[in-house]
Amino acid sequence: MDIFLQQVINGLVQGSIYALVALGYTMVYGIIELVNFAHGEVVMVGALVSLSVIERLVSRGYTGWPLIVISVLVAIPTCIALGLGIERVAYRPLRRAPRLAPLISAIGVSIALQQIAALIWGRNYLHYPDILPKTQYLIGGAVISQVQVVILLSAAVLMAALWVLVQRTRLGRAMRATAQNPAVAGLMGVDVNRIIATTFVVGSALAAVAGTLIGAYYQVGNHTMGFLLGLKAFTAAVLGGIGSLGGAMAGGLLLGVIENLGAGYMGKLTDGAVGSNYSDVFAFLMLVLVLIFRPSGLLGERGVEKV
Amino acid sequence: MSRLSQALCLSIATLALMACSKPDGPAASGDLVVKIGTSNPLTGPQAHLGKDNENGTRMAIDDANAKGITIGGRKVHFELVSEDDAADPKTGTIVAQKFVDMQVAGVIGHLNSGTTIPASRIYADAGIPQIAASATNPKYTHQGFKTAFRVIPNDTKQGLELGKFAVGKLGAKTVAIIDDTTQYGQGLANQFEEAAKAAGITVVTHEHTDDHATDFRAILTNVKAKAPDLIFYGGMDSQSGPMMKQIKALGVTSKFLTGDGGCSVEFITLSGADGEGAYCSMPGMPVEKMPLGPDFKQRFNAKYGEIQDYAPYCYDATNALINAMQKADSIDPAKYLPVLKTIAFQGVTTNVQFDDNGDIQGGVITVFKIHDGKLSAQETLGGQQ
Amino acid sequence: MKLRPLLFGLALVAVLALPFLTDLALGRSWVRLLDFALLYAMLALGLNIVVGYAGLLDLGYVAFYAVGAYLYAMLASPHIGMHLPLWVLLPGGALLAAAFGALLGAPTLGLRGDYLAIVTMGFGEIIRIFLRNLNVTNGPAGIDLIDPIQLGNFSFSATHRLFGLVIPGIYNYYFLFLGLTVLIVLMSRRLEGSRIGRAWAAIREDEIAARAMGLNTKNLKLLAFAMGATFGGISGVLFAGFQGFVSPESFTMNESVMILCMVVLGGMGHLNGVLLGAILLAILPEAFRPLAQLQQQTFGEVYLDPASLRMLLFAVALIAVMILRPEGLWPSPVRKRELHASEEDNASTPDADPAPGGAA
Repeated sequence: MDIFLQQVINGLVQGSIYALVALGYTMVYGIIELVNFAHGEVVMVGALVSLSVIERLVSRGYTGWPLIVISVLVAIPTCIALGLGIERVAYRPLRRAPRLAPLISAIGVSIALQQIAALIWGRNYLHYPDILPKTQYLIGGAVISQVQVVILLSAAVLMAALWVLVQRTRLGRAMRATAQNPAVAGLMGVDVNRIIATTFVVGSALAAVAGTLIGAYYQVGNHTMGFLLGLKAFTAAVLGGIGSLGGAMAGGLLLGVIENLGAGYMGKLTDGAVGSNYSDVFAFLMLVLVLIFRPSGLLGERGVEKV
Repeated sequence: MSRLSQALCLSIATLALMACSKPDGPAASGDLVVKIGTSNPLTGPQAHLGKDNENGTRMAIDDANAKGITIGGRKVHFELVSEDDAADPKTGTIVAQKFVDMQVAGVIGHLNSGTTIPASRIYADAGIPQIAASATNPKYTHQGFKTAFRVIPNDTKQGLELGKFAVGKLGAKTVAIIDDTTQYGQGLANQFEEAAKAAGITVVTHEHTDDHATDFRAILTNVKAKAPDLIFYGGMDSQSGPMMKQIKALGVTSKFLTGDGGCSVEFITLSGADGEGAYCSMPGMPVEKMPLGPDFKQRFNAKYGEIQDYAPYCYDATNALINAMQKADSIDPAKYLPVLKTIAFQGVTTNVQFDDNGDIQGGVITVFKIHDGKLSAQETLGGQQ
Repeated sequence: MKLRPLLFGLALVAVLALPFLTDLALGRSWVRLLDFALLYAMLALGLNIVVGYAGLLDLGYVAFYAVGAYLYAMLASPHIGMHLPLWVLLPGGALLAAAFGALLGAPTLGLRGDYLAIVTMGFGEIIRIFLRNLNVTNGPAGIDLIDPIQLGNFSFSATHRLFGLVIPGIYNYYFLFLGLTVLIVLMSRRLEGSRIGRAWAAIREDEIAARAMGLNTKNLKLLAFAMGATFGGISGVLFAGFQGFVSPESFTMNESVMILCMVVLGGMGHLNGVLLGAILLAILPEAFRPLAQLQQQTFGEVYLDPASLRMLLFAVALIAVMILRPEGLWPSPVRKRELHASEEDNASTPDADPAPGGAA
């Protein structure tokens, strides 16, 4: 068994989930320079909604990947509605406000969503039924499960699709223009409000998919699951260079691999003095180091400071 | 805009009103109202356990009220005051002070050792008895407070017995230990490690995760490389359930043993079919084997659903308090506190009797195995001392 | 002009009488809550220096609180058997926290706003992870039986009598914390108007211009981190002595976020606003506690879980205040004018009341 390869595979799977969530952060940040603190909670809602759908339908004989697809088709519109609602209620009125005001209202939204989820789904940890095949494949001595393969593939497909959307379509051009300078984009005939709403739609849809995949992968859900995930994904977005799509993807994958290798090898490297308990320290130290040498993240624009 | 700010003012005014409305008991005319407090996390990741504790306490209080208890010649109506401490030590002390203000007769809890210990100083200063039913950190009863009691065996005992069990019954020669870096999880894991080493087991690795984690593949891959006979986990069901699935997914074949935090319905639900064959331990007897367990379980299920973990202990803790008040025939803490120390009665979980520190006397540990999706009792360790 | 000393005197009496009145009206748990509110006020004032004055977004501020708290806990408890007095540990905690502040500041000076935020958050988590794993801090179990705060022979946790007034321990802490809060307010006020304070304002408004004017922005930012951390450390020392028990779970990221909310909600850079924000946010979650009863009385049954409802209302309050008063509840007059200058053209907010809640 190749331990190193196994750690890398696990890291990549975890990382592609981070990347999907990080995209939501980075897109919103790119356009309105807001850290959407509530994004992790949107992922949580996506996961719990798809769980509810699965629970309803599994007793009627639905199972396997088709059921996951059905559940994600319900989760996506729910999360989109939620994302749009959050933008409309908590962020749009604050677009001209001091920089930190939207951050605080985002924190408020995050707490509110957690409590609403607790009221709806209760406080217990919820279990996802075993509906997926437990098929495993062997690659060079390491194990990779079918679920892991599907996560890697769907993350790759979604990122590619997003790339095409942003780089190759009219809508994408309008988004990039708004990110560059909303005022000028508005003058050029771009409906800035619509573009910002679209950003939330895309980010929330990705969050719904991420939530469903997380549910299918870990088979556990709870109203608090979004917070830590959001934090990690945000870290990934910053690592890659916040505002950059490629950066979010790279940052997510990198963070996933770093965490797994850190937890896997720190004990060995330090002869047991520092163990897996310090894997988060390791991840954050990497972040600090990257930012010291590349202050705008790995793939972030080396922006000219505006005067 | 101005209407909005009016609305805001109105809500601030309501707030102020609410803040001022002092809690009063339901005026059941002529009855002596005695308040019993319980403090648990009702928000956050451990809320499911908090609710379970609250329900166990509530059931004891409902039972006592139904029975109709008289103290000092007057009929007593017990009233539950349940507060959320969010598992946060600071909030725990505020809740404790609140209970002291209300002059509660006693406090059941708190759920976590981290909130129980700082709150215990406040109860001790006020002379109000505190009976912990789930906080198993040994420190709590060793601070020299006369008001601190505990109806559940502490971690020292559990870790020790589990260490012996791992060698004796599971025949383990090598073990990998994982803990969740919490007061409870790490405390138990360290006790286990000590006992396991003493019994001649080689500890191949001691890994750490945390109490919010869902992905354990990195440390499990490490564990897999060492191929131990046994994996021991110190932590809660919300981690050990998913961990069990990942153990199987990575093709690790070691046996799995965990403490009371993972010995719950939740663990079985979360681990699903992958939980089959795992071992876990609970302080005391299995509910079915407890002296009054089957009846308790049936009534609890009818009222609140499945027992999560510690509800029977909360039930006993509450009854210990009520019994002491009855025996002293007084609702003055100064009178019934000394009686509580000497109390002896048949509880749901065991024969409730405290030692000099306030810990439960005797105290056995039962090991369970997950079999056909149920906790099946293997054997009870420790025995009466 | 004669009104001013009179008003000041009245305010002084009110503040001094507050614990007695609170105890009478609401119970002693509210006095304890006041004590915590004052600790939070000190924290918020410290963070205000970093965020409000120098404009550096710090999401890991709780680390300094932790440093102060653990210093006191380790050196004034049976943990390693040392029992150093407060007059050593209070300045000690302040200094150590300042050193940590500089330690955090040094490598991160070049970072822009949101990058700085994430690095400071990482720093806060790193400190917490160390506290949780080191032997010297007793790991996740934390340190208990910490000495109550004592000055000479005066123990703050004991009940004292003064002119026939009975003053229990939590009152003593109230007065101690109050005194130190006032001290910190005075220091902040002096700082704000000093050369340094004006230099910070320059950096906050436009760092490049500030550098072009010849300001040593690196040292000034370091100083802001260190000064802010100092107050955090002081507050931490007091917290450890007051609570008697510290463990890593008291110093989570959530606490940092809360303190930041206090500063922004009250009005960044404005001392009165920050104090208001701190006290309001410290008290609000507790004020929402009687909700279960209210539900019971109004509907005869508890429909919605009160614990969730309480936090939900808290969240809604945060959002509502930010939407209605994005500059904070009590912003500094200067900043308010700046903010509204740009809006005047759009005439979007006719609401121009300086005082919160005064619009009814």
